[in-house]
Amino acid sequence: MPADKAVEARFRTGDQVTVRESYPLGHVRTPFYARGKVGFIERLCGFYPNPEERAYGRSGLPKEPLYRVRFRQSDLWPNYAGAVGDTVDIEIYQHWLEART
Amino acid sequence: MSVEPHIHAENDPTPHRHPLRPDHDDRLTHHKAMEIALRELLIEKGVFTAADVRRQVEDMDSRTPAQGARVVAKAWSDPAFKKLLLTDGGEACVAAGLERGPYKLIVVENTPDTHNVIVCTLCSCYPRWLLGLPPDWYKSRAYRSRLVREPRAVLREFGTEVPDHVAVRVHDSTADMRYLVLPLRPAGTEGWDEQRLAALVTRDAMIGVSAPRAP
Repeated sequence: MPADKAVEARFRTGDQVTVRESYPLGHVRTPFYARGKVGFIERLCGFYPNPEERAYGRSGLPKEPLYRVRFRQSDLWPNYAGAVGDTVDIEIYQHWLEART
Repeated sequence: MSVEPHIHAENDPTPHRHPLRPDHDDRLTHHKAMEIALRELLIEKGVFTAADVRRQVEDMDSRTPAQGARVVAKAWSDPAFKKLLLTDGGEACVAAGLERGPYKLIVVENTPDTHNVIVCTLCSCYPRWLLGLPPDWYKSRAYRSRLVREPRAVLREFGTEVPDHVAVRVHDSTADMRYLVLPLRPAGTEGWDEQRLAALVTRDAMIGVSAPRAP
């Protein structure tokens, strides 16, 4: 697989997405607190080798789209005490995201 | 170990013993042993030398928040540079005469409506080429777990009160980006040159847990 080949980006800025609610073992960089939560794509950051593969000596290719996903704090934490406009942006790889239906 | 009783009389010249306390660094943990073993093997195999390791550590220690402060002060003074910094952080670093850095840099701008703050909940990702080594609290479990959960309470502990009409935007640096906060330029600094402005820009202000120094 050539290093410059990348998985096609399925989402665009503004798209609503749900983080997969999955709990695989291994070197996973999607934080637990975001699993199953709904946010929107803040931006596409670029294409990067999949760290979940690289951690075990594999190439991580093809490169995967990496997004910044913005979540409302009140969607992450049911009893969030801060202001309604507060948000968290998290970097998430495409294979963790599903279009919100 | 027993300690002989002794008296600290004023001007008492008599030599006496103090209790010996264990050193804090005397535990060989699993990861310490692994680091030593790996380093020694790589040196033995000729991959690098002990001097290379020392140089790398020196290089790391020579990076300080002064680099980041230079970038922020330049952005406060030069609108074209600020635009570049917010669209392509790496390119802006090069334009400021600094290194591009090994990661893509995203600069987030504080405004009268938005306060940004950075964390890495998974480990301790940090823009080291601009800020040097991260402070211990940045790597602590308390900061990492609490900042995403109750950012306003954490900010208050740093002495930073963010009013409710200002949104707190937390950035969790979980993957290949690194973040720097562009703080609001302090009032009363009109006409200041970049060097003078840079002296107001603290490490904590660029992580987002505080405002820059007041002029």
